[in-house]
Amino acid sequence: MNELTATTHSVHALVLTGFGINCEEELAAAYRLAGGAATIVHFNEVLNGQTSIHDYDVLNFPGGFSFGDDLGSGVVMANKVRFRKLPSGRTLLEEIGAFIKAGGYVVGICNGFQMLVKMGLLPDFAGQQEREVTLTHNASGRYEDRWVRLAVNPNNRSPFLKGLTSLEVPVRHGEGRLVIRDEAIRSRILAEGLNCLTYCDSTGCETAEYPLNPNGAELNCAGLTDTTGHVFGLMPHPEAFLSLYNHPDWARRKRLDPALSEEGDGLKLFRNIVEHISQTRAAQPAEAAANQVSL
Amino acid sequence: MSNTASHTIQLIPRPGQHDGEGARVAEAARRHLHLLTGHVQTSAVYTVRYPLTAEQLRSFAAQCLQDPLLNDAALDQWAVAPEFKSYILVAKGPGVTDDEGTSAQNALQDFLGLELDIRTQHIFSKRLYLLEKELPETDLRRLAEELLGNKLINRFVVGHTAQGIRDFTPQPGGGADSTTHTIRLENLTDAELLQLSKENVYALNLEEMQAIRDYYYAPETQISRAEAGLTPDPTDCELEILAQTWSEHCKHKEFAALIRYRNGVTGEQKEVDGLFKTYIKGATSEVDRLLRENGNDWLIKVFSDNAGAVRINKESLFVWKVETHNSPSAIDPYGGAITGILGNNRDPLATGIGGARLLFNTNVLCFGPPSWSGPLLTGQLHPRRVFEGVRKGIEDGGNKSGVPTVNGAIVFDERYRGKPLVYCGTGAVLPMQLAGQDAWEKKIDAGDRIIMAGGRVGKDGIHGATFSSIELDEAAPATAVQIGSPITQKLAMDFLLLATRRGLIKCSTDNGAGGLSSSVGELAGISGGATVALEKVPLKYPGLRPWEIFLSESQERFTLVVEPAKLAELNALAAEMEVELSDIGEFTDNGRLDVTFDGQPVASLSLEFLHEGVPRKVLDAEWQLPTLHEPKLPASLDATELLLKLLGALNICSREAVIRQYDHEVKGRTVVKPLMGRTGQAPQDAAVVQFNFESWEGVAVSNGILPRYGDIDPYQMSAGAFDEAVRQIISVGGKLPNLTPGDGIFWSVNDNFCVPDSVYDPVTNPDGKQKLAALVQLCEALRDMCVAYHIPLTSGKDSMKNDFKADGQKISVPPTVLYSMTALMPDVRRAVTSDFKAAGDVVYLLGDTYDELGGSELYHLFGELGQNVPRVRPAEAKDLYQKVGEAHEQNLILSCHDLSDGGLAVAVAESLFGDDSLGAELNLEGELPALTELFSESHSRFVATVAPEDVVAFEALMNGRATRLGIVTDGGRLVIRHQDKTVVDAAMAELREAWSNGPVNRVMAGEELTLHA
Repeated sequence: MNELTATTHSVHALVLTGFGINCEEELAAAYRLAGGAATIVHFNEVLNGQTSIHDYDVLNFPGGFSFGDDLGSGVVMANKVRFRKLPSGRTLLEEIGAFIKAGGYVVGICNGFQMLVKMGLLPDFAGQQEREVTLTHNASGRYEDRWVRLAVNPNNRSPFLKGLTSLEVPVRHGEGRLVIRDEAIRSRILAEGLNCLTYCDSTGCETAEYPLNPNGAELNCAGLTDTTGHVFGLMPHPEAFLSLYNHPDWARRKRLDPALSEEGDGLKLFRNIVEHISQTRAAQPAEAAANQVSL
Repeated sequence: MSNTASHTIQLIPRPGQHDGEGARVAEAARRHLHLLTGHVQTSAVYTVRYPLTAEQLRSFAAQCLQDPLLNDAALDQWAVAPEFKSYILVAKGPGVTDDEGTSAQNALQDFLGLELDIRTQHIFSKRLYLLEKELPETDLRRLAEELLGNKLINRFVVGHTAQGIRDFTPQPGGGADSTTHTIRLENLTDAELLQLSKENVYALNLEEMQAIRDYYYAPETQISRAEAGLTPDPTDCELEILAQTWSEHCKHKEFAALIRYRNGVTGEQKEVDGLFKTYIKGATSEVDRLLRENGNDWLIKVFSDNAGAVRINKESLFVWKVETHNSPSAIDPYGGAITGILGNNRDPLATGIGGARLLFNTNVLCFGPPSWSGPLLTGQLHPRRVFEGVRKGIEDGGNKSGVPTVNGAIVFDERYRGKPLVYCGTGAVLPMQLAGQDAWEKKIDAGDRIIMAGGRVGKDGIHGATFSSIELDEAAPATAVQIGSPITQKLAMDFLLLATRRGLIKCSTDNGAGGLSSSVGELAGISGGATVALEKVPLKYPGLRPWEIFLSESQERFTLVVEPAKLAELNALAAEMEVELSDIGEFTDNGRLDVTFDGQPVASLSLEFLHEGVPRKVLDAEWQLPTLHEPKLPASLDATELLLKLLGALNICSREAVIRQYDHEVKGRTVVKPLMGRTGQAPQDAAVVQFNFESWEGVAVSNGILPRYGDIDPYQMSAGAFDEAVRQIISVGGKLPNLTPGDGIFWSVNDNFCVPDSVYDPVTNPDGKQKLAALVQLCEALRDMCVAYHIPLTSGKDSMKNDFKADGQKISVPPTVLYSMTALMPDVRRAVTSDFKAAGDVVYLLGDTYDELGGSELYHLFGELGQNVPRVRPAEAKDLYQKVGEAHEQNLILSCHDLSDGGLAVAVAESLFGDDSLGAELNLEGELPALTELFSESHSRFVATVAPEDVVAFEALMNGRATRLGIVTDGGRLVIRHQDKTVVDAAMAELREAWSNGPVNRVMAGEELTLHA
């Protein structure tokens, strides 16, 4: 946490808030600590056209309880994205489609993941933004805050997960159980490696056992990407593990290894995306940058 | 469904989709009510009162409400599969908050792309439960009232599907007009005055009613009222304002009373010139003097605002408030707790200018035993229901607001089964300066506008302040119940944060008890007057009388003070953030609170009479020694068995299933969480929270509460609770304040007294003098402890009538006080957790054990109270805390856990729950009997571990205050010898099982408890 001022601001994350979103501060901090820049804006600033998502590299839907999870988690916010018209005359969902095509990244965490699923952006095999999977009440019937271990699918498509094999993170949700529409979708998710994060035991083996899999998700799946790898959603909270001191076992681990890194596993995801975008941009001519593309 | 203007959408689970709620209802009905329902299916139902075409309705249902993977939708007809024979429809009562309906309105507006009226209710959410078995209507109703809702909140329709399903949709409002009535007090007899007070829930006593009458009919009042065009008699609104403002809840009349105190044991007699002034304010003044003498000037604002404020550093203030919400939680546990937590959040939010960032919540809950099998009085809810409802309210109130619930405590005692105690605490950070102004100040000038922000006004919560100032009885008013809306408040909170930083708000306060009457009434005291036009106040529905608008406690509202020139910019920001603002009047300096409706006077009160006119109470207190004895326990007791029993005892066992349902780490800054260690199970003392991501500074948070000790000695109970909270902070690495000049280590404490009716009455409260004497002693101890440790009180609350009366009986809480403490942690990375870390580490007992089993959990196992209550020895304790602080400073302590319920043996076991491979081998060489060494609850003690290489340095530093007990092993067993005889020998797995499978986790798992609490 020493490096609070970003070394380069060339990677810029847009973090949405408002209407009950509540993890925006730590999510913005994650990008800053990873060397990027982050701007927190109210959802309505995007809907009324004051802020354009195309000016940013990563569009973030943070966790929280948007509209109190009424009508199902993420539903009311997803509806705003699907139906509200921006001054451009397009919906935000249409803008997001163009943003992804132009190379931008979209990430949703917890309630943000629920929004992405309910917008039809994950996994979106058909490209029609129809709901192919959903997230619903945990099998336990309860909201729970507990730490889990995730195995990273080696075939995953997200630059957020580059070089990672497993990580520890907290889950804090009541509606994290992934339900898949049918066998065809399930097979494609597996075949194409879109189930990028899987609940596992301490040895790294996938498990359906509660509470290691805290919600009873199909495929023991904790996170999904779309086929492009540009849309990434996950139930656990990597932004809640930015420093060692977020972990419930930090004190014992530090006793056993006083030289232990003060960084948390979660920060690695944000370092990855910042590095990936910086490198991609360095390798490409400036006019191809995401924010230069107009609709 | 004959009403063509309304539509119904029913969402039923798709075939093959798991209906978890239905299964849980069936199971709970079987366990708790012994009703066999057969298969239960749940549906969400929405009644839509917007005019929609058939196509709009269909696509709204399909696109916005239905999850195509999970449910099917039925439109304007009930989908009832033939196997279901009975039904229960659960709707909300008229005027009850319906967030889900409002969210559906938002969704519909977005979907249609039209501007709809979404501020008043047009979509109503309901649940329909279909039951396989044909149960009698009485059973269906019982199921509805005891498991599916609360009859104060909900409306239930039950029946058999063969007769078709009857619907219910609330139709709030109507009936009342906007007239203001006058109430003649002149020439009323004393009995008539009292009757009037009772009928109108004024909760004013005879002297207070007489004072009002005498004031109104004094010639000078009559002349000035006539000149101002006011009626000679008081208006309904005026009396309501006086009753609210003079309520015990708002005016703390008993803490301000003159008390004639006699101690029957010592013969001491004295007059206490107000408990608050003498002990609470008095203690803080003395501590502030001690602090300032030593260059510690971090105490910024105490007692005079919604929350206390201390300085963290040059940039920011820490704001801290703890309150109770007991009466509402007794009759509507969920609604009471959620409004408690959201209401308490508004206090730090609206301290000074306002706009503090909320950092954390904490809560302490006192319930009757969930296994209670005794009788329930009329209107009394079963303790298990109260527990489950309150827990859910705390969950939603914190989680949905994005405020982490970082720690808490649950205390069980049969005497809390009438009225539970629900303590909610919130810490926040406020910049020292907001737009160039001192953020902690509240400045108001005549001409500033009065702006109401947030939720709308309905009949909910009318009479909350007066209602909480009297005992509960079976006729508790339904309007006193409110349901909080975390989403509405979150919007207002986000708005307040921005508006204050842009300098658009001069200051703010929250609307809590007493609603506008209280918030405007209090703020008017700063400028010297206010005038309010009630017709400008937006309503949830029509039909409120003017006084109801002014008194309503509808939630999620702030009163903002705004300079006229800034109003336009403020309104623009509010519109963007979808927060409703209403300009309802202005502040004046004419010394009056004037209230009008459509230009007609509704109330006009002199602020001086309003705030100073209440007659002072004179109360009697007399202390007699309770009859006490030390029990003789059987000689053959096995300490291992006792330890197992204690770990499974209601007040000691694991709370994990409760804790996990609270988000304790949103914001990503909780460094010491309630449960830690490799297993994530070891219970912690104080929580530690980092302020921000830019530095490692943070705050430690603890709670001290020991009601049972008060049955032996109220003074020692209070002193002990204070010490318990202090030592929890010392345990995690905090330091006492003021040890070195200008060290800037702030401490900020809230005291919260919850006592039974302590006003003597020969018939209704014959032991009132003893109860009041107990309260005096609680306060004496508080003052002594504050001064001993140099720890200031910054805010607090007293709740004076925690009695439940019905059927001619009274259930009173034991006199209870909670001390909620916070202290600066300069570097959260140096925090120390309770769990033992590694085999080979050396285990120490810090502090001294005495023969103090009085009030202990050990005695409670045998149904005994005892006599030798733990005593606080402040000088010895302070010496120890300084040494522990120094050892922390030198990084010598690897784990530290304070000793409390169950004493040393329980603390050691808890410290081992963090790692399932560890154990310990300990030797107790003290002179006391083994059971006393193991289970005595003497204060100011810790169990700590130290690395083998640090033993010499540690022992030298502790200079005799640390007793070496043994070592941490990797054997997974706990072995304790006493004077060379093995007294405890148990596998840790067995101890963990007893603790984890205790009654609290089992209640959460839905199990029926038959064990005796």
